[in-house]
Amino acid sequence: MLKIDNLQATVADKPILKGLSLEINPGEIHAIMGPNGAGKSTLGYTLGGRPGYEVTGGSVTFDGQDLFELEPHERAAAGLFLGFQYPVEIPGVSFVQFLREAANAQRKGRGEEPLSGGEFLKLAKEKAGLLRLDMDMLKRPVNVGFSGGEKKRAEMVQMGILDPKLAILDETDSGLDIDALRVCGEGINAIMRAPDKAVLLITHYQRLLDYVKPDFVHVLANGRIVKSGGPELAHQLEAEGYEAVAA
Amino acid sequence: MTLAATLPTRKDEAFRYADFDALAGVWPIAREEIVVAAGQEDSRQIVELGEAAVARHLAIRVEKGAKLDLRILTAGPAYGRIAVDVELAEGADFLLGAAQLATGSETLEIVTEVTHCEQNATSMQVIRSALAGHSTGTYLGRIAVARGADGTDAEQSVRAMLIDRTATANARPELEIYADDVKAAHGCAVGELDAQGLFYLASRGLTPPQAKRLMLQAFVAEAFIGAPNEEALSEAALARLESIL
Repeated sequence: MLKIDNLQATVADKPILKGLSLEINPGEIHAIMGPNGAGKSTLGYTLGGRPGYEVTGGSVTFDGQDLFELEPHERAAAGLFLGFQYPVEIPGVSFVQFLREAANAQRKGRGEEPLSGGEFLKLAKEKAGLLRLDMDMLKRPVNVGFSGGEKKRAEMVQMGILDPKLAILDETDSGLDIDALRVCGEGINAIMRAPDKAVLLITHYQRLLDYVKPDFVHVLANGRIVKSGGPELAHQLEAEGYEAVAA
Repeated sequence: MTLAATLPTRKDEAFRYADFDALAGVWPIAREEIVVAAGQEDSRQIVELGEAAVARHLAIRVEKGAKLDLRILTAGPAYGRIAVDVELAEGADFLLGAAQLATGSETLEIVTEVTHCEQNATSMQVIRSALAGHSTGTYLGRIAVARGADGTDAEQSVRAMLIDRTATANARPELEIYADDVKAAHGCAVGELDAQGLFYLASRGLTPPQAKRLMLQAFVAEAFIGAPNEEALSEAALARLESIL
């Protein structure tokens, strides 16, 4: 589904990703762990197409298509979802309005019929229920006045509504209390665990992986994947630290 | 109705950023008097959506304890000038919400002079400009507080969004205060749409024009919050935004 080959990227002319390779197949959940500054968030933003994150080498294909040929909104329509570590506040724009437009823009991009207002609200209600987020929150401006945990749950509600093929989730677990962590973990499983979908979890800690069991765990250090393994690698990292394991 | 005689020049501060060729075509500007009688509440809307140059001058007096809710939407004219002079008597309340949307080589301006003549009057001005292409949007806003007009509470919130870097925004808030017990606040900012917000919206599948339109719609709507016909004003603004983007 996603094939990253020797990816190199810079931010403000500073090399951050220095030859990263990774292949994700349908049905798989991958976790990328690593210390601060390893390039984890840069990987997410580069794949999402954030301005300022410049690809200087290597290639990425998504379902056989050159990902970097696509604009950010086209990547979304192709089935890529980026869960933000710090979801952006957008005053004056309600979640419901924005998500309905987003869902329908994606459907249009795929040549599908738009959702009616009723169909959309039903879908939004279902996904909000799954993440235990009050539907009234979605009538408010995007992320404005939301707590850290509410923002992350709202990210997962968006993922549920947009129903992507591949979700890249950047530190979805940061800022969550224990209950919210479990709710988000269960939400990810309910929405994304399917034979035709895949997830790339970017995280510092093992704790989210108690709920979302990865098939593969990779250690990212200094812009490259330095070690890959199964779920046991996450436990080893938690016990021994990045330095010992990545050395 | 009184008419001013001679065409102003660029040296005339209130006309400094005007489009003088267009101004000559609409000169002289008729003065439109509005009086809100003591204790009364009134609301007015000035909506200019046509392409032809337009210049208006409202001279308003809000009498003791009266309230006026004035909204302005200028979105379409090649040259659009709305000048508003307001005198506030004791305890009067004046709210102005104004939005101007321009593209091409359009020049739009809003010029206000709000005078707190007596005690305890309140005024609030919310001005939003969204400017594309090579357009120019200007706000010149003067608040004067007369001697003895204690208890005055005057606020200006002025923001301009440059949709393209080729557009120009001018903003000149001014305060002239001759009383002691006065609350006067003004905020003024010229900027571009938040790049992070645009990327966030795009990452969910909105095309760049859709993302810009959503954010600008919210920005402009701030001028119409609480208006008696808020929805109609917002819809008219949205229609113009869609044609600009």
